[in-house]
Amino acid sequence: MNFDKELDARGLNCPLPILRTKKGLAELTSGQVLKVIATDPGSVKDMQAFAKQTGNELVSSAEASGEFTFFMKKK
Amino acid sequence: MSKKLAIIATKGTLDWAYPPLILASTAAALDYEVQVFCTFYGLQLLRKDVSGLKVSPLGNPGMPMKMPFGPKWFKDINWNIPNIVQANIPGYESLATTLMKMTIKNCGVATIADLRELCIEAEVKFVACQMTVELFGFDHSQFIDNIDFVGAASFLEFAGDSDICLYI
Repeated sequence: MNFDKELDARGLNCPLPILRTKKGLAELTSGQVLKVIATDPGSVKDMQAFAKQTGNELVSSAEASGEFTFFMKKK
Repeated sequence: MSKKLAIIATKGTLDWAYPPLILASTAAALDYEVQVFCTFYGLQLLRKDVSGLKVSPLGNPGMPMKMPFGPKWFKDINWNIPNIVQANIPGYESLATTLMKMTIKNCGVATIADLRELCIEAEVKFVACQMTVELFGFDHSQFIDNIDFVGAASFLEFAGDSDICLYI
């Protein structure tokens, strides 16, 4: 998937992946996509909750060998 | 209009400094307007230097005592040390705090100073209870800048309109 910015949140724990995502999105313009890689298992539900509450779109969410990759489209 | 989160922070230990700051920073990231009213021991969260915050395992049966270093089997051991022993070892709290800080770092958990900075950046409003500032003999100069010193009525004005209000 195409993305405009990548954020490495590996090794970070709650709430840092969400706070970094928020900051990362702030540097993008509407419609651009932020890729986030995290290792915090809690981030799966948290990214969904973040998207739901902020109106940004969680385009996809996937897990591979302990790493979670999210694509978040800025509203 | 954005949602509002009101938090009353009353605890002044390293462990209990986390819940208000995690919730405040996250809520701010979710576009909440956030106010944290620090009262009694919660005033410690507003000290200029928060590196002195400590954790105490004494009288806290819910706290696992595990080592942040060594092989996995060693880290998995829960050192169940009786209160009477903990209370008699000088510097026990300092030792426990050092180990806790190592664990915090190992787990990729933010430090209290970093979390507070993130809160301030995200425009979380911190207010200090003036009554307890006087009660504990603190001086305004001991606290971070840009906080208001207020009473219960001021907090209730914000909390009365909040969507979530937490006492921590």
